[in-house]
Amino acid sequence: MTGAPALEVERLRVELEGEDVDIVDEVSFHVDAGEVLGLVGESGSGKTTVGLAVLGHCRRGARVAQGDVRIEGRSILALSPLERQALRGKLVSYVPQDPAAALNPALRIGTQLRETLSEHGFGASGDERRARIAEALGEVLLPSDDAFLKRYPHQLSGGQQQRVVLAMAFANRPRVIVLDEPTTGLDVTTQAHVLRTVRELCGAHGVAALYVSHDLAVVATLSSRVAVMYAGRIVEIGPKRVLFRASAHPYARRLVEAIPGLSGTHALVGISGSAPRPGHRPSGCFFAPRCSYAEDRCRTEFPPVTRVVEGHEVRCWEHERVLADSLAARPEAVHLPEVRAHESLVAARAVDASHGPRQVLFGVELVVRPHECVALVGESGSGKTTLARCIAGLHRDYEGQISFRGRPLPAGARSRDRETRREIQYVFQSPYTSLNPRKTIGQIIAQPLRLFFDLGGREAHIRAVDVLERVQLGVSVLQRYPHHLSGGERQRVAIARALVASPQLLICDEVTSALDVSVQAAIVDLLAELQRELGLGLLFVTHNLALIRTIAQEVLVMSEGRIVERGLVNEVLDHPRAQYTKKLLSDTPSLEAAMAASA
Amino acid sequence: MTDTALAIDAVPAGRSRPWVIVLAATWHQTRTKIGLAILLLLLAVAVFGPFFAPHAPDAGLTRPGGFLGGFEPPSDVAALGTDNLGRDVLSRFLWGGRSVLALSVLATLLGAVLGIAVGLLAAYSRGAMDDGLMRTQDVVLAFPQLVFALVLVATVGPQLWLLVFAVGITTMPRVARVTRAAAVEVVERDFVRAAEGIGVPRRQILFAEVLPNITSTLVVEVTLRLTFNIAVIASLSFLGFGLQPPAADWGLMINENRQGLLAGQPWGVVMPVVAISLLTIGTSLIGDGFARAAIGIERGRARE
Repeated sequence: MTGAPALEVERLRVELEGEDVDIVDEVSFHVDAGEVLGLVGESGSGKTTVGLAVLGHCRRGARVAQGDVRIEGRSILALSPLERQALRGKLVSYVPQDPAAALNPALRIGTQLRETLSEHGFGASGDERRARIAEALGEVLLPSDDAFLKRYPHQLSGGQQQRVVLAMAFANRPRVIVLDEPTTGLDVTTQAHVLRTVRELCGAHGVAALYVSHDLAVVATLSSRVAVMYAGRIVEIGPKRVLFRASAHPYARRLVEAIPGLSGTHALVGISGSAPRPGHRPSGCFFAPRCSYAEDRCRTEFPPVTRVVEGHEVRCWEHERVLADSLAARPEAVHLPEVRAHESLVAARAVDASHGPRQVLFGVELVVRPHECVALVGESGSGKTTLARCIAGLHRDYEGQISFRGRPLPAGARSRDRETRREIQYVFQSPYTSLNPRKTIGQIIAQPLRLFFDLGGREAHIRAVDVLERVQLGVSVLQRYPHHLSGGERQRVAIARALVASPQLLICDEVTSALDVSVQAAIVDLLAELQRELGLGLLFVTHNLALIRTIAQEVLVMSEGRIVERGLVNEVLDHPRAQYTKKLLSDTPSLEAAMAASA
Repeated sequence: MTDTALAIDAVPAGRSRPWVIVLAATWHQTRTKIGLAILLLLLAVAVFGPFFAPHAPDAGLTRPGGFLGGFEPPSDVAALGTDNLGRDVLSRFLWGGRSVLALSVLATLLGAVLGIAVGLLAAYSRGAMDDGLMRTQDVVLAFPQLVFALVLVATVGPQLWLLVFAVGITTMPRVARVTRAAAVEVVERDFVRAAEGIGVPRRQILFAEVLPNITSTLVVEVTLRLTFNIAVIASLSFLGFGLQPPAADWGLMINENRQGLLAGQPWGVVMPVVAISLLTIGTSLIGDGFARAAIGIERGRARE
């Protein structure tokens, strides 16, 4: 062991080019060999900027203004661009979020792996490099025969692609590796596998890893220490146990509270407001406007780094008061009412659906009753979205019967009458694509009013304002375009668009998967509240088992187009019967499991 | 239940519509300003020229002692000399722009409207409809623009509406292809599904949901088509399929005065040639400026 840690970042400041506006500032941390540091933050917190800076790289329009990045005592930023380039992939490597974008689609896997090695002069001969490729692929549990090496990226699954990228990143035996949300696009099972691989490789080869993620449960599973970023600053850093059990920063606490738990029955609590963007950050503590502990000093003076104990640092004036409060005092989840109605709102019987020649649903049965929330859980490709779309009339290629209030529902929204279309509303997964970027929020919300109620002008305006209030948005959004809003706000608009039609059945398709945890908590909370107050039937489609306990009474677990388990949420989560559900539960990263494992 | 009052009002208003931003970015580029200056100048010549023309376009010029001859060099009576039949080159030039401009703009509009409709419909309907529509377009595309117009005009006879029709029809498949390519990606987005789900009529989905998302691509394409059509219309006039003598028309002038180049009186050719070239340069500069603004190449400069 040498004196210098494998990776050391000191007072790093990255600015927007030509402007005196910082994206991140005063960022300091170190990672020892073989250690995984989790860097957690919500979108826009600057975590990716820090990750890239470790490679001596900045996105276009940004530059490192101050600070230093040292790898094994050697300053990266002092090097010339060419020297830095030579280090990347060799001394320090990077695993990006989207493996499909990281691999060259026109080159075979073997060629790309060979390039990585020969580019950095690894090994003396081709044989030696071939051996290393086989070894690297073996480490990520991929085959290394010629048939596999001759494949192109599109011939691999998402998980395989990400493991190839991991193999490339580890191929030259780097000292430091930066992983930027490498599992975001993957299924839980694949994710669990990739995480295990990362942990083993880092431990076995003494690689220092910086794991950038917005998912606290994932970070808890993987890393030993965690740094929490907020608005371009590290607000708290410390051992994982301390951070998740006794964090000293209010923001870190709120983040932890926003994580849905598999076993817990506590309510999800979102964080109100949104993080200030670069150039719009207040004086004093950046979190003060959203903080319940904030005092006068917090609003005027930027808090310094305070050491709570050795290895646990926090940037908060009031951390002693925060620490005095117990984290366990979270609000209990509202007890979900029992559903008494017997008649069904929507019922699907023996539904087989296809995408072209490929059948994706096999004899699926589903019932949602009025005032009831049914969760439909499954991994991508399980057919859950197809089922939801069949009901919503967006997917017409199915057989079997779907009935709505006892009457058969024609396939396809166009063949249904206006009332039926109004009563079934759908909220899409990504609010970034479900709102027309060329329309104002006002126009978007007015459309269903015109179509369903022939309303326009003053009357429509009143209803629009009303529904915006319901989703906790101000009137001022009416004039705005979607790109002016954050992801969470956009999703609220999408929900408002559905609510304004006064539906009986609301179908929510992965509505939180594109959002940050704190926003996710707020949206789920909002949906649960609306469902109770308006007595909606809710079909809540998600891949995240941890989310459903707070919102759904009943759950259907889907796998490969079939429903493998159904039952009351608490029963299924606590005593799963199907093998698939058990596997899904054990692969879902959760704070509790991670804490229990490390204890 | 929650205390989620969103800090939406903290976000700076920035209410300007997306296209205002693109237009501003277009205007901020030197190339657009030059292009616009050229285009406005030529528009002024074409539209207001006739009011300033010293002579009637089809009158033989006289001076004490009789008519001026053909291809006379510039003089007091004819500032730019005379053409093949002894008419004033300047006056004919000032009169001759309207037809080129009007015909090419009309033809481009016709082609654009048809092409956009076909492209949108093809992109949205997919399947057999898409194939049918686009293969039809390919058939039209297979005819060279000029040859197609020549065949039509040669069969029916030189009619102005036919000229517009011929050039418009051959513009259509080009616009249709670009429209379809741009719309195919937009059609897949969820807001189109959302509109379908609540039963927005198909026509409204095409023109109110999809079309506004591809306008910048289309503006670029249509200005490009206009540039080409100016040349095509001028060529057709030159070949005698446009306006008929004795009408004044830039394309026709070039044809009539070809001999003048050798006879030492080049102005009858030079003036319309320069005008047509400038016109195409002007429109393509504007189109280019808009394209850059739309893709954001000039984003940095446009922000000032």
